[in-house]
Amino acid sequence: MQLTGDRFTSTSALVGNDIATLPEFPAEIRAPQGTLAGVSAFQVHISDHDIHTPGDISDVLVAMNPAALKSQLIRLKGGGTILLNSDAFDERNLEKCGYEADPRLDGSLDGYTVHEIAMNKLTVEATADLDVKKRDAERSKNFFALGVVSWMYTRPLEPTIEWVESKFASRPAVVSANVSALKAGHAYGETTEMFANQYVVEAAPAKPGTYTNITGNTATAWGMIAAGQLSGLPVFLGSYPITPASDILHELSRHKNFGVKTFQAEDEIAGAGAALGAAFGGALAFTTTSGPGIALKGETIGLALSMELPLVIIDVQRGGPSTGLPTKTEASDLMMAMYGRHGESPMPVVAANSPSDCFFAAIEACRLALKYRTPVMLLTDGYLATGAEPWRLPDVADLPDISVEFTTAPNATDDEGNPTFLSFMRDEDTLARPWAIPGTPGLEHRLGGLEKADGTGNVSYDPGNHELMTQLREAKVNGIAADIPLVEVDGDGDGDVLLVGWGGTLGSITSAVNRMRDEGMKVDRIHLTHIHPFAANLGDILRSYRRVLVPELNRGQLVRLLRAEFLVDATPLSKVQGLPFTGEEIVNATKALLEVTA
Amino acid sequence: MTEVAVDLTKRPSWTSDQDVRWCPGCGDYGILAAMQFMHAELAEDPATLVKPEDTVFVSGIGCAARFPYYMDTYGMHTIHGRSPAIATGLALARPDLNVWVVGGDGDMLSIGGNHLIHALRRNVNLTILLFNNQIYGLTKGQYSPTSEVGKVTKSTPAGSIDPPFNPISLAVGARATFVARTHDLDRKHMIDVFKQAHAHKGASLVEIYQNCNVFNDGAFDAITKRAARDEMMINLVDGEPIRFGAENDKGVVITNGRAEVVKVDDVGVDALVVHRNDADPSVSFALAELANDRQSPTPFGVFRAVDAPEYTEAMDSQLAAAQANGPGDLHDLLTSGATWTV
Repeated sequence: MQLTGDRFTSTSALVGNDIATLPEFPAEIRAPQGTLAGVSAFQVHISDHDIHTPGDISDVLVAMNPAALKSQLIRLKGGGTILLNSDAFDERNLEKCGYEADPRLDGSLDGYTVHEIAMNKLTVEATADLDVKKRDAERSKNFFALGVVSWMYTRPLEPTIEWVESKFASRPAVVSANVSALKAGHAYGETTEMFANQYVVEAAPAKPGTYTNITGNTATAWGMIAAGQLSGLPVFLGSYPITPASDILHELSRHKNFGVKTFQAEDEIAGAGAALGAAFGGALAFTTTSGPGIALKGETIGLALSMELPLVIIDVQRGGPSTGLPTKTEASDLMMAMYGRHGESPMPVVAANSPSDCFFAAIEACRLALKYRTPVMLLTDGYLATGAEPWRLPDVADLPDISVEFTTAPNATDDEGNPTFLSFMRDEDTLARPWAIPGTPGLEHRLGGLEKADGTGNVSYDPGNHELMTQLREAKVNGIAADIPLVEVDGDGDGDVLLVGWGGTLGSITSAVNRMRDEGMKVDRIHLTHIHPFAANLGDILRSYRRVLVPELNRGQLVRLLRAEFLVDATPLSKVQGLPFTGEEIVNATKALLEVTA
Repeated sequence: MTEVAVDLTKRPSWTSDQDVRWCPGCGDYGILAAMQFMHAELAEDPATLVKPEDTVFVSGIGCAARFPYYMDTYGMHTIHGRSPAIATGLALARPDLNVWVVGGDGDMLSIGGNHLIHALRRNVNLTILLFNNQIYGLTKGQYSPTSEVGKVTKSTPAGSIDPPFNPISLAVGARATFVARTHDLDRKHMIDVFKQAHAHKGASLVEIYQNCNVFNDGAFDAITKRAARDEMMINLVDGEPIRFGAENDKGVVITNGRAEVVKVDDVGVDALVVHRNDADPSVSFALAELANDRQSPTPFGVFRAVDAPEYTEAMDSQLAAAQANGPGDLHDLLTSGATWTV
């Protein structure tokens, strides 16, 4: 279903619709089909205007079996349309997902427009002339369904046909079966009189430019490649496969023509370790993972912080704790990003806010890491990583220059007047230490995790020095506040309430705010990209509102940081269901806050 | 570190300005000296010279792991057990460098065991030195994964109950392409083994019997003390029958996969194993298993040295192939999917 959803999305993007998607699939590779646990769902929202979310509820539900119907019906609006595969509604399948009676017959679908289509049978018939076995032919039924929906929404079939031909080029039987099923589904929609309506969704008005359809993980990978080009450094990724971050490793591995080196390590620790080793060698190094992997990388991140080497750590957050919900989204690693290391170990934290924003957030994380010689945590999440949106491609010439200079000559003079290299003599402005890489004659030095003497970098157990170095590391990271954009308020600046978001909730919050403004409410909104340090004007903004609401897909992590840092009475709005906020949830919470504080 | 004319053929040119802080009498001093002398010797011939700036020592945590601070080269003193992984990343990013990894038996075989076996199996161009003193020194005297069964330490007052690793067997099992053993009392032997390990293309593991004179003093005396050497050390020489003893009267045979020490007169010279650096791993393993205690004649020298594809070369050749038609272009990348224009 993921594949068919993806095709519908791509075609819709190509015809110029705005899109937002929510893929939802089980953690198991072959979860038992027909059970509730095995349902693989794909929600797509297409529009002729700017949209921000996959939608709270859907207009059409395609249910390939009873389990899909049972698990997804809650997301269909009253009076919505159901296309169901009647071939799958046998006693066994009904029983498998716990239906005591056939929902088609017991009145539970009253109030919906139900179209029953024998998709297995029709698909087998459509492929009868081809040299495919019945069992194989039935596998093409998703393409039949895609054909029907493509007709309903007047989507062209050609992009999908081209895609199928290229994807399965080595298996011509699969190509012909899928294409036949797709065309048959489309013809079925056209010829049956089952559907009263055919919908035309015009292209959304969009800024002129060239667009592509992008997921967060692809954008992240491209952002890292771009950062390599913009910094002039070779890119090195040390990683260990983990859901939902693996696609970054996959995508990077395909682009060796950029000189990108990808290393699939023996474990999460080695992924981070190899990246740190590469950073010492002068690479733009990063490691990718999800929550459990961050827990394992903590010690290496601390070492990077102590050695003051650039290292980007990308956490594609998922439901936790422990293995948690590997394929579901959550934003509950913020505290770990902030504080999940031993000792006093501050490091910058950057969060992406949409699939395409992952590209820019990755470049920003690299900029900070390189300029300040520090590990930087980039937070995305499962929803951004797998969700797709149209992206107006930036002009490569407009991307920032993030190049850095290696130190190649002695930077000090010793007691005897000889030139010498002090590996911890800091830049006065950034407090960054020099980055001299192996191969540079005369600058041989040793870096370690033991505390280093200010300036020389030699091992030091001196009490005063440790306090000084702790403060310097902190001041260096805090100083970044002067090097990042100020927060911009969306709104008039005098709203009755300020909504503060971060990360992947941007779409949900924006659409909720727009809805409330349509109702005449005065609601302002900000969204944070830099979580550590905060933008310099954040405190002033927060203090200028009587009410602050902080929707987060966790139990209230940013809100604690805001309250602690700025002493403001910010109110949390929490959701931890492995799903994004619906606009309605945010609207209701905002109204409730206004009511109790009226 | 300073820009005075340096004579790389002299040991001081390889000695950093840091005070060495090992316990007086520690075997590590001898190993450090051997390493510094070895680099000085290599510098005598332009063909073998390696420059300090092209050399990096990477270590984890433990007494041995302080090693990089004392070499006037680049160095990383990292975290416990992870040095093979960190060094792997460095070697992949910078195949031009000579990357050495230094650690003890705890660092390499306990917390870092996983990284060690994977570094060896991948055959990344690293030279890994395992200082084996069969004890935890820096944490003040607990038993280690190479301590003998029954070891009484602070953490095992009734004696340890877990059988030890044999590092050579482990490395052979991980399909390491270079495996050798030396000891801290014989500088010449160390230098010779280090040179071979350094010259080997791929991952090399060198086990060094190293005395911890504070927590496990004399662990190897029965084998490596000068008076014991003739009867207890079996010198492995590529292409030669394996013989040893003050009278050269003993040798090694392998029967049914098991190596054993025999009297040459009993079996005849032709029955002895002829040592081959590129022998089947089962032979290397049998030789490694010959001595699993500290009282038996023990093989030293190169157990195994075979040619095999090296990891960084394979990685670089994939990159070169991908760049055959020119380097990547960012604009092309961004427009590589389906695009549309408004």
